[in-house]
Amino acid sequence: MAGQSYSIFSVLREALRGHSGWGPAWREAEPKPRYDAIIVGGGGHGLATAYYLARHYGIRDVAVLEKGWIGSGNVGRNTTIVRSNYLLPGNIPFYETSMKLWEGLEQDLNYNAMVSQRGILNLYHSDAQRDAYARRGNAMRLHGVDAELLDSAQVRRMYPWLDYDNARFPIKGGLLQRRAGTVRHDAVAWGYARAADRLGVDIVQNCEVTGFRIEGGRCTGVETTRGAIGAGKVGLACAGNSSRVAAMAGLTLPIESHVLQAFVSEAVKPVIDGVMTFGAGHFYISQSDKGGLVFGGDIDGYNSYAQRGNLPVVEDVLEGGMALMPRIGRVRLLRSWGGIMDMSMDGSPIIDRTPVDGLYLNAGWCYGGFKATPASGLCFAHLLARDEPHADARAYRLDRFASGHMIDEKGVGNQPNLH
Amino acid sequence: MSRGTSYRLANGGAIDRSRPLSFSFDGHDYTGFAGDTLASALLANGVRLVARSFKYHRPRGILSAGSEEPNALVELRAGARREPNTRATTAELYDGLDALSQNRWPSLAFDILAVNSLASPIFVAGFYYKTFMWPAAFWEKLYEPMIRRAAGLGRAADAPDPDTYEKVTAFCDVLVVGGGPAGLTAARAAARSGARVVLADESFALGGRLLAERRTIDQMSGVEWCSSMTNELAAYDNVRLLPRTTVFGAYDSGTYGAVERVSDHVAVPPDGTPRQRLWRIVAKRTIVTAGATERPIVFGNNDRPGVMLAGAVRTYINRFGVAPGRRTVVFANNDDGCATIADLAAAGIDVAALVDTRSATPRHIADLAARLGVRAINGVITDVEGRHGVKRARIRTTDGASLVVDCDLVAVSGGWNPNIQMTTHLNGKPRWNDAISAFTPGDLPKGMSVAGAAAGEFSLTACLAQGTRAGAAAAAATGFDAEPIDVPTTGDEHVAISAFWHVEGSRHKALVDFQNDVTAADVALAEREGFRSVEHLKRYTTLGMATDQGRTANVNALAILAKLTGKSIPETGMTTARPPFTPVALGAFAGHHRGHDFKPSRLPPSYDWTREQGGILVETGLWMRPAYFPRAGERDWLDTVKREVETVRRKVGICDVSTLGKIDVQGPDSIALIERLYMNGMTTLKVGRARYGVMLREDGMVMDDGTVARLGEHHYFITTTTANAAKVYQHMQLARQWLWPELDVELASATEQWAQYAVAGPRSRDLLSSIVDPVFDIRDATFPYLAAAELTCCGGVKARLYRLSFSGELAYEIAVPARYGDALWRRLVDDAHALGGCAYGSEALGVMRIEKGHVSGPELNGTTTPSDIGLGSMASKKKDYIGRVLGGRLGLTDAERPTLVGFKPLDRAKRLRAGAHFIARNAEATAANDEGYMTSAAFSPSLGHWIGLGLLRRGPQRLGEVVRAFDPLRNEDNLVEVVSPVFIDPEGARLRA
Amino acid sequence: MRLACPCCGERSLDEFTFLGDASVTRPDPSADDAAGAFHAYAYLRRNAAGPSDELWFHNTGCHAWLVVTRDTRTHEILGVRLAQDVALARTGNRKDVRETSA
Repeated sequence: MAGQSYSIFSVLREALRGHSGWGPAWREAEPKPRYDAIIVGGGGHGLATAYYLARHYGIRDVAVLEKGWIGSGNVGRNTTIVRSNYLLPGNIPFYETSMKLWEGLEQDLNYNAMVSQRGILNLYHSDAQRDAYARRGNAMRLHGVDAELLDSAQVRRMYPWLDYDNARFPIKGGLLQRRAGTVRHDAVAWGYARAADRLGVDIVQNCEVTGFRIEGGRCTGVETTRGAIGAGKVGLACAGNSSRVAAMAGLTLPIESHVLQAFVSEAVKPVIDGVMTFGAGHFYISQSDKGGLVFGGDIDGYNSYAQRGNLPVVEDVLEGGMALMPRIGRVRLLRSWGGIMDMSMDGSPIIDRTPVDGLYLNAGWCYGGFKATPASGLCFAHLLARDEPHADARAYRLDRFASGHMIDEKGVGNQPNLH
Repeated sequence: MSRGTSYRLANGGAIDRSRPLSFSFDGHDYTGFAGDTLASALLANGVRLVARSFKYHRPRGILSAGSEEPNALVELRAGARREPNTRATTAELYDGLDALSQNRWPSLAFDILAVNSLASPIFVAGFYYKTFMWPAAFWEKLYEPMIRRAAGLGRAADAPDPDTYEKVTAFCDVLVVGGGPAGLTAARAAARSGARVVLADESFALGGRLLAERRTIDQMSGVEWCSSMTNELAAYDNVRLLPRTTVFGAYDSGTYGAVERVSDHVAVPPDGTPRQRLWRIVAKRTIVTAGATERPIVFGNNDRPGVMLAGAVRTYINRFGVAPGRRTVVFANNDDGCATIADLAAAGIDVAALVDTRSATPRHIADLAARLGVRAINGVITDVEGRHGVKRARIRTTDGASLVVDCDLVAVSGGWNPNIQMTTHLNGKPRWNDAISAFTPGDLPKGMSVAGAAAGEFSLTACLAQGTRAGAAAAAATGFDAEPIDVPTTGDEHVAISAFWHVEGSRHKALVDFQNDVTAADVALAEREGFRSVEHLKRYTTLGMATDQGRTANVNALAILAKLTGKSIPETGMTTARPPFTPVALGAFAGHHRGHDFKPSRLPPSYDWTREQGGILVETGLWMRPAYFPRAGERDWLDTVKREVETVRRKVGICDVSTLGKIDVQGPDSIALIERLYMNGMTTLKVGRARYGVMLREDGMVMDDGTVARLGEHHYFITTTTANAAKVYQHMQLARQWLWPELDVELASATEQWAQYAVAGPRSRDLLSSIVDPVFDIRDATFPYLAAAELTCCGGVKARLYRLSFSGELAYEIAVPARYGDALWRRLVDDAHALGGCAYGSEALGVMRIEKGHVSGPELNGTTTPSDIGLGSMASKKKDYIGRVLGGRLGLTDAERPTLVGFKPLDRAKRLRAGAHFIARNAEATAANDEGYMTSAAFSPSLGHWIGLGLLRRGPQRLGEVVRAFDPLRNEDNLVEVVSPVFIDPEGARLRA
Repeated sequence: MRLACPCCGERSLDEFTFLGDASVTRPDPSADDAAGAFHAYAYLRRNAAGPSDELWFHNTGCHAWLVVTRDTRTHEILGVRLAQDVALARTGNRKDVRETSA
């Protein structure tokens, strides 16, 4: 019964027979000897790429190769925030495209990923921060993205229980994007996987790429733990491990791998409706539909492939949390985890060809890859299919560091751990 | 069972019957004893229904007696101290304790949302993903709000947490995690060798399972032995005992996080005592003796109140003197669980049956049952009846017979899982052990060992021996010779187990993860839908993601999944445990870093005076900087700032600029280093002179600007901006130590050593002439613009004087050692007043720098090149410097880049705001027509209208053009004229006056 | 994570600031290929999964820059040296080596 459509009616029908009729959400495909396109990495971006290749570009002879289980990387290890409140012209259209794709995702995929647009509020605490947010919000508005600048009274009306009266850095206001929100992260991977599978894409799990077949400067396939697989084109979508994988093709990338921790509290009745970021410390928070407070802060700050962090950052995050919302002191931390981030040299991603013909790169997502998933998939699929960049991802060139066209939202230069 | 019937046993238990404590649950008053937990006290009072489950709102009782409890979560305390999801099984009873059940409405016994149970055929694992998609707009408006309201368990407090938290760091040779028999012997062995030992245990009494079992060690009862061990350990100077302390996480380099519940066992923390304390324990060696957690068996309605883990049954009887029921069925797959009948019998509690899943009950168990007159059955419980409490159990015998046994308590044991979480926090992979049907520790992090039940050794004899050995070995590894210690002796016991996980065939829900309502059928459904990896199973069903992290659920689920996929359990895999081991209050991680103490406050030397004057301070990084000094009659900040600016421009003003970064550079190669750091030439700087300088990052962007003063042949003094002080110092140290280590030069940060004040305005020289000691000549001819000198002031106080101007006026900066800062400031203020001058703050400073077109933070934002901000011509062509090569890239030299210019509103009455974007006058406001943005804006008292600085595409070529300053966020769209960024005195005549 | 500073002894992670890869060295700015070499120096990273040499600054300690050899898979610290000593040894300019390391 693979391919059964999801709806309240099919759920009711299955409820009557003990849900015995549901089949696998996607097939466990065996790798074929050759595909028109291979996507390395069964995370959100890889699965979305395969889906859009099949759906929009008519390329259905596609395999997604995943070394473990799909969705076991960053797509399932983030704080589920989606937003398009970017500053620079290289970024805004891309993330806004992503936002629009999120808005239609469920109907597109026939999968409820619980896209929930409850807004993101970035708090500011000084005139300088206000001016910076004004610049950003105006840039968003010029690109047709929604943005509002709130003063402290307006913030207080939204969240009367923040620390206004005793704060080291008083809240002066905030930049609000109402269309931002959260999405159930795992469901994104599963939804794309199921939809891609239904279009004929092979999702091959437990298939680790161990090398690239490069003949005459052209990539013609990959070596894997399940044998060699030929390919017309190979796309890398393995953020967190981009450097390791690209090194097998002889490439050195402008990327460092860093660990970002994330946290969830025990489930509690609704405390906070939307997403909020603290402007005077490293802390952002939302609340899941299940009731857990989901929050995070800065990356640990050193290179790491360990998928776990250390105590100083945990303390730093919660110091921010308690400074902002002292009512959560008695709520308990349930779980913390770490993801490996592809931290690029300017804080912005790369979607581009590589110096090896037939080998394409989707990398450098820093800690913002989740929200980018749909647009990343679409733009990477476009690049693979047409061999030219999608209009919204033109700035994400691999050679921009050599030419000096960095997309540096934070202005901290070539220091990945500060982005 | 009526409320108020006492289930307290007549004798026994480590409770203090002389200290009754009153408490309330859901508004009913009860009594317990000191030494009770809330759970034991509720059970003693016959309260069995204590909670509702997360999804189906199924009635729930108490499953365990420890931190693994998935069911009995309550809201403890009220008001600002309300803490949701507190485990009744670990909450110590105190007089006046007040708890409420949660996640039910209107009451625990009658919960409307229990209708979810009726709809449970629909609400299976993953049903959300398949529905609620139509119509699209209904998700946020209808479905999700409904789901959000229903979800969550307890309620967070509505008000700020009134209690305090603190943090400490401790160092030790040996950290022992868990104070059961293995932990106590390990700690003693290490302590006797002289090693510094920390022993932490989550309970308020050391002893672990020994407190709950009827065992004899060295001819003492378990409880006596524990207290003698505790006394011995407490007597050592080199031992720190931390009861009520959970080691929750292993981190790198032998660092462990622990939380001590200092005052949770009293109603309100005593004065000066924190509620909880976060321990960062740095240990050379760590011994994990965290014990094991019993797991239930999955059968129909196995979550009903009255189904309790067998070990917990023994705990309530032996430690708390409580009968968890009147008539029991014991259901187990192992000797340890079966032997619970002995404890029940000893307590005078009826045992209706012993149901052993094994086809052959071992001889010693059969004998025990026979001796006690207990009916022993080989078979399984298929399900239990009784909605709010077990009433009877349905049993299927191994030979197929069915029978029903009346009972109000089912003591269940599916075996024990070693508590190996700490061994996996650093990515260690556990190993499956068939002998005990459980995961045991795999490769351990450096410095860690495991002993006792945590290592899979379930006999007390083995725990005592292993603990002793591990303690001695850990001490020896840190350089302490341990004398051999006799291992305490105890009797034999049987711990055999035969794996059994799931009684199939019940038509009732068979719970795997109690708290998250994940059933065996959900696991099967997930498998059917392809969620066959353990990570997929967990995420799809939410298995193991509740507040207990699946401690009683995960292995059962794995076993069920393994059977469905035809794989072994180790092949099926194991999810990774993540810190914390048990949930930790968020406040504990923050410690005292909240409110005003969130970050330290750096106070400039004029701080006291500013406070006395009612001056307004503004947070600038960690600094509290004086922003402006209002006077009576001034309507708002703008009034004040205008007056301060006008006073400086007409008379004289003083401003505290001590927050600027200051770096002392000395040594013969000082100038060589400085030349490589600044883009402009510094070689020609003479002793006694200062120069403005610009520093780039290696990528060619401006890093910072400031001044370089040459105070001696090989002595330079550098200032940086306030914001970049630390960054620049670090950068300079990198250049000195790493890039050019051969240079003979030393650097020292002197930011806090010098109080430094700007003295600006036409009368500044007059003011300073009364401050600087008369032997020093500061007339223009001898001390011209950009002069710098070391001199004395105020009668011999060491001082430095620089003739620098940020305001554009005749101006100086005078610096004295910080200890004279307050005195000099007060003297300057008094003398300034005499000249008609005043103090001015950072606001006026900001206005005057905009009037002069000086760049500051908003322009030095890390994405501007020297040319962008009008300083391109300063770059030296004669030398190399950091940032030169990469600054030459195409993207950084593009003539189209937005470049600094000034702006005036065409309608002079209009206000300008930073953050507005520039659009050509007749162009449409679109992204394509965006030509830059306003970086800074201020009301210029000198010009009488608002002015701005901004980065505009090809700005300097567009002077005189009118563009739109487009600010849709604030509903403004003003026409502005592009002008030179220098609004005042472009020739610089005033500063050279 | 704890780093053993050669000047100050073993200290907690929060005393230190990470900069990045210590295996890249600043190229000769006067070389013909300086632009390409500086691009590689500033932007391209080996980013190894395994032992790596990294630059750390002892921010709240002695202000020494350190070359820390650390396994990025396990966070195990394999060695800590004063960056200045490493740099002097690299340039072969040893006559000025100051004895600051423990």
